[in-house]
Amino acid sequence: MTAQNATPNAPSQSVYPVTRDEGADREVIVAVIVDNEPGVLSRVVGLISARGYNIESLTVAETDMEKHTSRITVVTTGTPSKIEQIKAQLGRLVPVRRVIDVSAETDALERELALVKVVNDGEHRVESMRLADVFRARVLDTTHTSFVFEITGARDKINAFIDLMKPLGLSEVSRTGVLSIRRGVEKD
Amino acid sequence: MTASQAKQETKTAAITKSGAELLLDALEEQGVEVIFGYPGGAVLPIYDALFARETIRHVLVRHEQGALHAAEGYARSTGKVGVALVTSGPGATNAVTGLADALLDSIPVVCITGQVARPLIGTDAFQECDTTGITRSCTKYNYLVKSSHTLSTTVHEAFHVARNGRPGPVLIDIPKDVQFETAQYTSRADARNRNCIVTPEINKNQIDQAIDLMRYARRPVLYTGGGVINAGPEASKALRELAKATGFPVTSTLMGLGAFPASDPQWLGMLGMHGSYEANNAMHDCDLMIAIGARFDDRVTGRLDAFSPNSRKVHIDIDPSSINKNVPVDIGIIGDAGAIMDAMLAEWKRRDKKEKHERERIDGWWSQIDGWRARNSFQYAPAKDVIKPQYAIERLYELTRGKDVYVTTEVGQHQMWAAQFFHFDEPNRWMTSGGLGTMGYGLPAALGVQAAYPDALVIDIAGDASVQMTMQEMSAAVQHELPIKIFILNNAYLGMVRQWQELLHGGRYSHSYSESLPDFVKLAEAYGGHGIRAEKPDELDAKIIEMIESPKPVLFDCVVTQQENVFPMIPSGAAHNEMLFGEMAEDAVSEQGKTLV
Repeated sequence: MTAQNATPNAPSQSVYPVTRDEGADREVIVAVIVDNEPGVLSRVVGLISARGYNIESLTVAETDMEKHTSRITVVTTGTPSKIEQIKAQLGRLVPVRRVIDVSAETDALERELALVKVVNDGEHRVESMRLADVFRARVLDTTHTSFVFEITGARDKINAFIDLMKPLGLSEVSRTGVLSIRRGVEKD
Repeated sequence: MTASQAKQETKTAAITKSGAELLLDALEEQGVEVIFGYPGGAVLPIYDALFARETIRHVLVRHEQGALHAAEGYARSTGKVGVALVTSGPGATNAVTGLADALLDSIPVVCITGQVARPLIGTDAFQECDTTGITRSCTKYNYLVKSSHTLSTTVHEAFHVARNGRPGPVLIDIPKDVQFETAQYTSRADARNRNCIVTPEINKNQIDQAIDLMRYARRPVLYTGGGVINAGPEASKALRELAKATGFPVTSTLMGLGAFPASDPQWLGMLGMHGSYEANNAMHDCDLMIAIGARFDDRVTGRLDAFSPNSRKVHIDIDPSSINKNVPVDIGIIGDAGAIMDAMLAEWKRRDKKEKHERERIDGWWSQIDGWRARNSFQYAPAKDVIKPQYAIERLYELTRGKDVYVTTEVGQHQMWAAQFFHFDEPNRWMTSGGLGTMGYGLPAALGVQAAYPDALVIDIAGDASVQMTMQEMSAAVQHELPIKIFILNNAYLGMVRQWQELLHGGRYSHSYSESLPDFVKLAEAYGGHGIRAEKPDELDAKIIEMIESPKPVLFDCVVTQQENVFPMIPSGAAHNEMLFGEMAEDAVSEQGKTLV
């Protein structure tokens, strides 16, 4: 999701010159555990956009029915100090229970699901089918001139698959956004 | 059925009340004594319930913005949560300025808004607006109450959220049919409380590290802010003790004035854009800065890359997101300012017992500070025939000394002169719109203060432009017999705008002159108040005394010199040690600085 604000690599938006070493931009996955109540998504998203940060992907669903908590997974880009700010600001919201910097954990799993439509025939059709096989994408739907593939994996894998499909008649893509969870016995 | 059985039965039988009554019960349990409000269609059931309540006083304002500012004034002067009650639609949108003001200045306020009945929500009904949507980014938290069963618990939680952690405004939107719907009351003890607003334990290691730095500092400074006031009178006391024990100089932001006594020799005066020369130079040249409840606002820091370049910085704040936000610090201690200063003081004393702190370490620093002090940066050229605004504030201060005085201000030049020339020795005596810079804040805020302290002398130091933004509250002051004193420094200009136009825009005074001001004396009389005008310095004292002694609300039209500027000044885009004094050069502001606010 590209929000309405500045490009990811834009310099500090403060009109007061800031020359301190901000470090390079890095992409982070932040998981936010929130009370599932009306308006909570808008609070989280509003906070991020109001401070001029860009959201690249966003996923949300209730994950604990008993405690009524949802997990919001946000992918965003920024300098280390900006990321710290986002995390601190999110932590300040009343319905936010925890903020987890998933990308800071070395043992985090990351998955995304994409639906990819290609429209083609002849050689291209065979080639796209073969590549789908390599990527372990499933065919959900087909006509004589099209496929809908379902592919799951880390973002890099999905991006690679989409890139490969471009010359083969890529027509439409739908993605869930990133999900994440920790490996092993420990909970976030 | 025996009598005792019957008694038992009625005891367990649920007592249900209407939502409006539940709301007032909850407010009562929270200790609310005064509500500032304005009735309307969507809050009529609440007003009906209020009609029969003797315990809660209602002050009818003349505009909802005034209700919020009055609640802020009440909150800031008492340390309690201020409460405002307004109707749906325009009532709520008018309240937005006050909510944003309270958010930026961290003032605990609960605002209750009416909403159209539940079945009408989302239908563009009469006086409907998406109140929770509109106020989401200008409140600390807000609620839409969907059922009267959750109403009382929501009110208790709202007060908890408003006053705990970093305080702020909380809004409760109550649909009209919820106000009629009956339910049981949930007491404060039984209400759910969010787990997120917990003040963390003080990190002992960080206190130790901070004391290490403090003991070996040669050029230390304590930079305090509104957080010390918000942390209660105990925090101000802790600050005084800490300063006394260490001998460190103390400066404060606009918001923090009064936490440390201005009469103390360790006091450097306010810092920042119009702060004192000694305070700003001390901030720039220090080797250890201890920021307490202050947030490194741009009015304070000036140019960030030149901000206090050679210092270690310790930052004490209750809000983790304030740490490292604008200025990276070495030690960020999260928690209540008072509790942390107490812990620091205890540790300081413990170390002092083992090995006495060498006070001589900072002698050189003090002589440097005394050198800056000798510059006498607030001085101004006195005048014989006309009243200088600075002189007016000086006289006001002198003539009200020793009285139980509270001061509010509007926003602009008069606000800065008030901060420079009116001195405070106690916290909670100074109410000004610091973060949002809301013109029109002072008059309604004074109402709120006066409602809390009926016998105190409450003065709104105002400008002729600002005061007209909420002038109608004069009517509320007369109606509720709140004898506030509105001391207008009348220069017939939007003074601060004019000053910036002189400085940044070649003296082209675009639309900053008030062509046709009202006759403030006649205006006061029209409202049923008392009007006074002073035009000459020699009549000023007598007129100020007349104002103080008047039992009515007073509009004091103090006609001052028109072209006076506020000095000293750190121009935009400049550093702390690049202050401007009276002699202003045309090229004092860089091209880049001109684009800054």
